[in-house]
Amino acid sequence: MADVIAANHNLILVMPRLGIPLGFGEQSVQEVCDHYKMPVDFVLLIFNVYTFDDYNPDDNILNQTSLQHLVPYLMTSHQYYVNERLPHIERHLIRVAQHAGERYGTILKTFFSDYEKEVLEHFAAEEHEVFPYLHQLLAGNRDDRMVVAHFVDHHADLVDKLTDLTQIVYKYLPGETMTEELNELVFGILQLSSDLQKHAKLEEKVLMPYIMQLERSLT
Amino acid sequence: MKPKLNVLIAEPSDIIRQGLMSLIGDEEFAFLAPLRDLSTDLPQRIPHLQPDIFILNPTLLQSPAKMQLAAISQARPQMAIVALVYQYIEPQLMQSFKTIIDIREQGSKVPQLLRECCQNVDDTTEENYDLSDRESEVLVLVAQGNSSKEIADKLNISIHTVNTHRKNITHKTGIKSVAGLAVYAMLHNLV
Repeated sequence: MADVIAANHNLILVMPRLGIPLGFGEQSVQEVCDHYKMPVDFVLLIFNVYTFDDYNPDDNILNQTSLQHLVPYLMTSHQYYVNERLPHIERHLIRVAQHAGERYGTILKTFFSDYEKEVLEHFAAEEHEVFPYLHQLLAGNRDDRMVVAHFVDHHADLVDKLTDLTQIVYKYLPGETMTEELNELVFGILQLSSDLQKHAKLEEKVLMPYIMQLERSLT
Repeated sequence: MKPKLNVLIAEPSDIIRQGLMSLIGDEEFAFLAPLRDLSTDLPQRIPHLQPDIFILNPTLLQSPAKMQLAAISQARPQMAIVALVYQYIEPQLMQSFKTIIDIREQGSKVPQLLRECCQNVDDTTEENYDLSDRESEVLVLVAQGNSSKEIADKLNISIHTVNTHRKNITHKTGIKSVAGLAVYAMLHNLV
């Protein structure tokens, strides 16, 4: 397990969401997963998505992977973004906004709170529509009115807006003061942005094909 | 007087090619011997022909079209490659072109389109990241929530031209979303 983390240290941020704490000593991935009762194939799928940009699991891999932990993982990630990452960014943003003068400060804060609202709405829609729909499918009920594709369309937009925020912060804010705060803010946003990209990919390349497979099996 | 811009046209139809040349006119533009198809040695010949603008019917490209286009573009990076479109072309391929002349475009606007795409080429070779007046105008309209279609109507230009401006704005500012562009416009006191 330690070798995997050494290969991609970003996985440190992923493991708590899988219910696996640090401190695993010299145990292998299999041993750690067994210990915390996580299916190793699922954990490896998540690790692969977060590590390789061009990793696209095909239907075969999906069929052979235990996906019962997928929705809980996605929900935990939503919580992590909402309760930890966004407030972290907001704290730095408010401090930067205070120093940027009233006009710039207000513009920044408005942009961010609009963004935050949009993210929350997107997560809520997924949690209230997509995830329950998957449950229904697993229980053998199919609802033809449900269209899940438009949730995916929204992802690129959410990631673009974060990238835009970094551009605005380091290119277009008057930058004479607050170097430390600005850096914290930009790194915070970049970290969230790359995590969200992986999250979106997980939903697009794993969750959606999984749903479509289930739909096919029910027709 | 400014030197004329060299225009190379690749279009199989004589009628369309001749029509296009007469619309463009030879006051500001000089025409190189036109092509009816794309020979495989075109990338080697382009540096000798020295076109400033290459107007190309994308259906002449052979699969994989994107790669063939990239080879042509690499042969002379400062050359503006313009698509001459009269049927459906994959949107992904369209992005590789500097701008687009639609066959239904108003004839009088064609020289203007070509002039604009050459200005853009100059801008990027000098790495000028300031927005032009026209781009600022488009930016403000985007920030105010207008669609490309609405902007095209307001400024009396084609929707392709609006999209070219929007692409250049995003390239120069690094900002993609409408909300982000609105912030940019506010920070620069444009709105």
